[in-house]
Amino acid sequence: MVIKGKVWRFGDDIDTDVIIPARYLNTSDPKELAAHCMEDADPEFARRVQPGEIIVAGNNFGCGSSREHAPLAIKAAGVSCVVAATFARIFFRNAFNIGLPILECAEAAREVKAGEELEINLEEGKITNLTTGRVYQATPFPKFMQELIAAGGLIPYVRSRLNRG
Amino acid sequence: MRMMAMTMTEKILAAHAGKEEVKPGELINARVDLVLGNDITAPVAIKEFARIGVDKVFDPEAIALVPDHFTPNKDIKSAEQAKMVREFAQKYGIVNYFEVGRMGIEHCLLPEQGLVGPGDLVIGADSHTCTYGALGAFSTGVGSTDMAAAMALGEVWLKVPPSIRFHYYGTLPPWVGGKDLILYTIGRIGVDGALYSAMEFTGEAVAALTMDDRFTMANMAIEAGAKNGIFPVDEKTLTYIEGRLKRSYKVYASDPEAEYAKEYEFDVSQLEPQVALPHLPENARPVSQVTDVRIDQVVIGSCTNGRMKDLREAAQLLKGKQVHPEVRLIVIPGTQEIYLQALKEGLISIFIEAGGVVSTPTCGPCLGGHMGILARGEKAVATTNRNFVGRMGHPESEVYLAGPAVAAASAVKGRIAHPEEVAGDGN
Repeated sequence: MVIKGKVWRFGDDIDTDVIIPARYLNTSDPKELAAHCMEDADPEFARRVQPGEIIVAGNNFGCGSSREHAPLAIKAAGVSCVVAATFARIFFRNAFNIGLPILECAEAAREVKAGEELEINLEEGKITNLTTGRVYQATPFPKFMQELIAAGGLIPYVRSRLNRG
Repeated sequence: MRMMAMTMTEKILAAHAGKEEVKPGELINARVDLVLGNDITAPVAIKEFARIGVDKVFDPEAIALVPDHFTPNKDIKSAEQAKMVREFAQKYGIVNYFEVGRMGIEHCLLPEQGLVGPGDLVIGADSHTCTYGALGAFSTGVGSTDMAAAMALGEVWLKVPPSIRFHYYGTLPPWVGGKDLILYTIGRIGVDGALYSAMEFTGEAVAALTMDDRFTMANMAIEAGAKNGIFPVDEKTLTYIEGRLKRSYKVYASDPEAEYAKEYEFDVSQLEPQVALPHLPENARPVSQVTDVRIDQVVIGSCTNGRMKDLREAAQLLKGKQVHPEVRLIVIPGTQEIYLQALKEGLISIFIEAGGVVSTPTCGPCLGGHMGILARGEKAVATTNRNFVGRMGHPESEVYLAGPAVAAASAVKGRIAHPEEVAGDGN
């Protein structure tokens, strides 16, 4: 799948409390969560983000709480992909499990600026900065994780495991 | 063939994956001994579980549901979430469902109730599930979808983490405990210093720690990005589980030749109590460097420091003293059992006579839920685990993380204070 979108830029150690503050966790409705996505880092984000746009961040994106509400909020806000230098491990799992595309690429995380336009080939992990012309290669995912993606996330994968008996 | 040397984390994972050995980086499907969820994460898991389309959970005794975050229900939406968890527990015959009045903060409650033991593999839809590593278990936080899958299959996919060894030697000075050791450690390695890794805590200084201190340290492994934190099993561990643990257990020890991705050694003899400044747990400083910070609130409790040793230490400093007139002290025992024990020991009287409030067990203010939310510009010293932007309330409020001794001393002084400033002082 190839996606194309404008970049929203965030720094290092973006925690899940910033992605979706706990004061909104009395619901798990993705639309309600999306309305407060990234609120404590950029109060304008949820209102201004357009479908298909891309988050680029530094190290340890999604650290802190295990709340799956964080990738759910990002996905429901319309974000098509998160590119970061590194991801915190629970966020990484959650993103895969719910089908939010993420890519690890330290170089892109260092160089890409807010407002630039990226084209991303998810299967190849190829990131093209359409604004600067620079091309980046993200870290490839292990085979098992590619299978998870191909299955459509963890739940369909579990369903097929159970059907196989 | 000679067996490969393994760390205790690797041995537990191998045993649960039905393998002779595992190596860091290897992806495995592992059997789980216990799956945990709370009133925030379980509702999402319950919805996902319904999508799987099975009519039973893999084992009704191996799932724990603990409504502890926004309970007793703080608003209608929270009440609906708690209700959803309660009804799921009834429908699927979940044995370890803990209702308000019998519950506690999940990571204080599960070990206390004997649901976790050495050698176990536990996953929980809560990042601080790593707490049970204090018992020599492999225990890690996952998301709600992982929880749903594990409730159906009794399995979880895991990548075997590399282990990092943290060796602490020397004698701990007075007022320095597990919280100070872990804040100091995170201060040295950073909030992603153990990303994806197992943190193995060893050495004479951790052997000298109480179980409550070890729970505190393992609890905050996630604050360094770790997958799990783990302690060797010793006499203290076995004494703790005696009479509690309801299942058989197995003790695993790291081989002397096991490989570690990194090894750190810390001399704790000169360590001061630590305080982590806003807005990351890695901003640890010796308390003496930050005693000019005036505060509005002190919270003593949470899955990190809501246990008996924490309450006793705080009470020792608060006995006969008064909380500073401009400070609100909120004490939250971790479980009903802890609450009752504190009552019997007279600790609750000490807190109330000092001018503090004592709450029923809840995660409450730690994550900015309820029971002590901060207004714009307010500052709190808290024995909790995170000081992120907006964690305890307004995005412009500030949380300073510390152990119970610093928190209690600060409540008396109205500013961040070294416990020595209050201990033995007539005030």
